[in-house]
Amino acid sequence: MMEDLAMHMMEIIMNSVKANSSLIKIFISSLSKTNETIIEIIDDGCGMDKEMLEKVTDPFTTSRTTRKVGLGVSFMKGLCESCDGTFIMKSEVGKGTYLKATIRKDHIDAPPLGDIGELIMISIQSNENIDYELVYIDDYNEFAFKSKTIKEELSGISLLEPEILLWIKEYINQEIRKERS
Amino acid sequence: MKSLEDLKKMREQALKKVDMRSGDKDYRVVVGMATCGIAAGARPVLNALVQETANNDYNCIVTQTGCIGLCVQEPIVEVFDKDNNKTTYVKVDPDKALRILKEHVGNGKIVEEYTIDSVK
Ligand SMILES: Nc1ncnc2c1ncn2[C@@H]1O[C@H](COP(=O)(O)OP(=O)(O)OP(=O)(O)O)[C@@H](O)[C@H]1O
Repeated sequence: MMEDLAMHMMEIIMNSVKANSSLIKIFISSLSKTNETIIEIIDDGCGMDKEMLEKVTDPFTTSRTTRKVGLGVSFMKGLCESCDGTFIMKSEVGKGTYLKATIRKDHIDAPPLGDIGELIMISIQSNENIDYELVYIDDYNEFAFKSKTIKEELSGISLLEPEILLWIKEYINQEIRKERS
Repeated sequence: MKSLEDLKKMREQALKKVDMRSGDKDYRVVVGMATCGIAAGARPVLNALVQETANNDYNCIVTQTGCIGLCVQEPIVEVFDKDNNKTTYVKVDPDKALRILKEHVGNGKIVEEYTIDSVK
């Protein structure tokens, strides 16, 4: 169902968006040396209290009424556990939420990373007023992206212009794949 | 090769368009992207919409939102006009999405056969 890590991250980022964040930081590192893919997602949204945080990794928790079962967080946790990885989520009401997920790169069930450029594009499409920061590291490339820089460069033009969205997606994918080809 | 230098040019082009159109976009196209929608194929629909809007310069923005609450009908595309009237299209695929852009956003004609009321 969730065929790649980018889609798992999408679910997590959508939670950060719903939590009224103004800055969402995404860190992705995937190195052969450590045989580990690390994903961190940090927001400055409304946060959760202890009770909610405990419940949130339980697949039967959601604060929404449109569907009974919350999926995003518990799916990701389940994935990490089934790929010899770790899962940590910390949160503080009024401050924000921190999530760190790791999986063993060569685990047979480890999903592919997926389309990171598209992930950032879709995130911006959910709310262009949020600033998104991406840091990406693999064996060949190191790349940092800030939507704020783009916004300043474009001063006055919306990131939601379709040409801009496509540019962002393709630019990110170009930069994170640069040294491999 | 794309570089940050491109942005200046893109900005100028975008400003020109805004001048020509005088003001806001006529339509807002929203794709439901929750887990259920993604599994049902919302990603290709969203990508097709962004690509086609850029290529043909349709007068709309394309955004996405989480669950719209009608999982069995996903992927869902909502089209809002300038007065915020909403049309809900269900079980959309990339081809249907392109027809919606062309007829609804391009010509102001709702594609009745894809709307939630007809599909039911
Ligand atoms: N970053 C966050 N900040 C604040 N609250 C959060 C955050 N992440 C999750 N939550 C809370 O935990 C709940 C459960 O999240 P989860 O992703 O498991 O399910 P959901 O968002 O309700 O549904 P789904 O993600 O499946 O569409 C959310 O509804 C929200 O109340």
